[in-house]
Amino acid sequence: MLFSLLESSRSALASIIAHGFRSVLTTLGIVIGVASVIAVVSVTQGLRVFVSQQFASLGTNSLTVRSYTPLEDRMQGLNARLTPEDYGLIEQRVDGIASITPILFASRASQIKYGSQTAYSQIMGTTYAYQDVAQFFTTEGRFLANSDNLTRRRVAVIGDTVRENLNLPENPVNEFVELGGEWFKVVGLLEPKGEVMGFSQDDIVLVPYATMQSLQGNQARTDIQIQLSLGENAEIDDVTGQLSLLLRNAHDLDSSDEDDFVIETAEQMMQTFDSILAVVTIVIGGIVGISLLVGGIGIMNIMLVSVTERTREIGICKAIGAKRHHILLQFLIESMLLSLFGGLIGLAAGYGLGSLIAGSIPSFPPAAIPFWAVVLALGFSGFVGILFGILPAAKAANLDPIDALRYE
Amino acid sequence: MSLIALQGITKHYQMGNQLVKALDGISLSIDSNEYVAFIGSSGSGKSTMLNILGCLDRPTSGQYHLNDHNVANLNENQLSEIRNLEIGFIFQSFNLLPRATALGNVMQPLIYRNVPFRQRRDLARKALQRVNLGDRTDHLPNQLSGGQRQRVAIARALVTHPSILLADEPTGNLDSKTTVEIMQLFDELHAEGHTVIMVTHEDEIAAHCQRVIEMKDGHIFRDSAHLPGELH
Ligand SMILES: Nc1ncnc2c1ncn2[C@@H]1O[C@H](COP(=O)(O)OP(=O)(O)OP(=O)(O)O)[C@@H](O)[C@H]1O
Ligand SMILES: [Mg+2]
Repeated sequence: MLFSLLESSRSALASIIAHGFRSVLTTLGIVIGVASVIAVVSVTQGLRVFVSQQFASLGTNSLTVRSYTPLEDRMQGLNARLTPEDYGLIEQRVDGIASITPILFASRASQIKYGSQTAYSQIMGTTYAYQDVAQFFTTEGRFLANSDNLTRRRVAVIGDTVRENLNLPENPVNEFVELGGEWFKVVGLLEPKGEVMGFSQDDIVLVPYATMQSLQGNQARTDIQIQLSLGENAEIDDVTGQLSLLLRNAHDLDSSDEDDFVIETAEQMMQTFDSILAVVTIVIGGIVGISLLVGGIGIMNIMLVSVTERTREIGICKAIGAKRHHILLQFLIESMLLSLFGGLIGLAAGYGLGSLIAGSIPSFPPAAIPFWAVVLALGFSGFVGILFGILPAAKAANLDPIDALRYE
Repeated sequence: MSLIALQGITKHYQMGNQLVKALDGISLSIDSNEYVAFIGSSGSGKSTMLNILGCLDRPTSGQYHLNDHNVANLNENQLSEIRNLEIGFIFQSFNLLPRATALGNVMQPLIYRNVPFRQRRDLARKALQRVNLGDRTDHLPNQLSGGQRQRVAIARALVTHPSILLADEPTGNLDSKTTVEIMQLFDELHAEGHTVIMVTHEDEIAAHCQRVIEMKDGHIFRDSAHLPGELH
C-alpha cells in the first residue's frame, strides 16, 4: 500500500507538472479561498498579538470598576453612580489590593490653552497611585504627588500628544496651561505610549483628583471610576468577588437586582476582543468554505476531463497489470496534490496580501500567521482535493480495459 | 497439460437488433513454447481472439483455461494480476505511455508487482538492451521511430518474464525492413523458450511461425497443427 502511494504520488506529480498552466488555473478557486482566509487571519492575528501586548502593558493584574446603568433604569432616567464613598469603602475593606486610585473624568473633552494655541484633550483627575496601577511614567519632571491632592494644587502631568498640539517646548515642565479657565502648572511629561488602532494614548492630561473634584462643583452627581492593581498573592476572582459583594451592599441592591457597576479586567477585555475576532473568523470561514467548495468543483471538473483525456493511458496501464486501486489512488492523489498546491500558493498569496494590508495602514501591527491557520488551510485544501477527486478517480478505476484501449 | 485450452468460446456483440458473432464456438489448445500465427480476412475475429487470450476481454460463453486456471472465475483484479504475471501484450499501435520515457514505459508493469525502483530500473535497462535499444532509454515515444517504439513495447512485454507473448499485428505499422528486424526478434524470443502468439495479415510473417490458424467469420477455418504439411 505504501509502495503504491509512493508510486502514485510520483506519477501524479509528473502529470500535474506536465499540465503546469492548466494545473494553476484549476487550483485558482482553492488559491483564492485559502489566500483570503489567510489574509484575514494574518491581519486579525497580528492585531490580536498587538492588542494583547497593549493589554499586558496595562497590567494584567489590574482592574477597573465603573458605574453601569441597566437599560431598564436608563429608560426611567436613572443613572447609576460610583461615588467617592464607594472608593473609601473599597480602599478600607477589600483585601489584596496593591494600589488603588479614583479617577474623575471631565464630563466632556476639555479645552486646553497655551499661549495662542488651543487643543482639546481628555482630562482625568487622579492620584499618585495611578502611576502604579496604569504603569504610566514621566520622562520629564514628576508624576502627581500625594501632597498635590491634599492641597488641591493646580498642577498637571501631560501626554506627549498634548505637548505637541500645544506647541509646548520639549521639556514643558514649569510652563502654565489654561484648563477650563484656571491656570495649571505643568509638572511632568508622560512617557509616550503610542497608538492603539489609530487612537493616541498620549492625548491625556492628568490633574490631582481633589483639584478636579473642586472644579466640577456639583458633588451630588459625581460618578468616578476606580482603578486598582492586585497584590502579589491576590487572586483576581477573589478580589472581584469582594468588590462585587461590597458594592452591592453599599448600593442596597436586592438579590434580584442587576449590578449597577461593572468590574473590568484586562483579561476580560481581551476575552471580549477575542469573541469579536471569533465572530469575524467564523464569518470569513463561511465565505472561505463556499469558495473551497467552488474550488473543489473546479478540480473535480478538470479531473473528469483529465480522466477522459487519459482513457487510453488508463487502458494501457490496465492491460499491463494495473489493478483498480492503482488507478484509483493515482487520480485521488493527483487531485489531492493539485488542491494542496493551490492551498500552498494561497498561503503565500494570503500572507503577502495580509502584509500588504497591514503595511499600508499606518501604525497597524505586522501580519502574523498562526500555525493552526497553516495546518487548517492545507488540511482543508487536501481534504477538498480528496473529496472532489473521488468521483473522477472512481470513474477512471472502473474503466473496462478493452473499452479504454479502443477509446479514440 | 496445455498452456491454453479453449472450449466453445463465443463472443457476441449486440449492435441494435443485429447480433454480431465475433467469435462463434472456438475450441483449441496451445502448448508452452508454441509459435502461433492467427490469420484470416479482416473482421474474422482475430483481434477479439487475442484479447480474450490476453484476459483483456471476457468471452460471452465458453471455457478458457490458462495454466489450469478457469479464467471465467477470476474477478477484475485477479485478471489484472494474470495480465501482469503471465502475459506480455504487444499492440499494432504500440500503446506506449506518451509522457514516460522508453525506460519509464518498460518499468511500468513492474510497478504493479511492487518491484523497488532500482531493481525496476535495472530490469528495464536489461530488457531494452535485449531489444537493442540500450542507447535510447531516455527518449520519449514521440522521439523514437516506429520500429524503435515497437521494440520498446516488446521490451515492456518481456520485462516481466511472461509465459505468453501476444502480438496483434506487431508489424502492421512498420516498413518491410523494420518488419524483418522485429520478426527476427520474435524468432529469437521463441528460440529462448517464450510462447509466442501473433495476429497477422501477411503470409511472410505467418511463415515464421510453426503453427498457423486461419479464421473465418468467427470460426477456425484451418489449423496447421491438424493439417500437417499443408502450410509448412
Ligand atoms: N466492441 C465491438 N462492438 C461491436 N462489434 C465489434 C466490437 N469489436 C469487434 N467487433 C466486431 O467483431 C468482428 C471481429 O472483429 P476483430 O477486431 O476481431 O476482427 P479482426 O479479425 O481483428 O480484423 P482486422 O484484421 O481488420 O483487424 C468484426 O465484425 C467487428 O465488427
Ligand atoms: Mg484486428
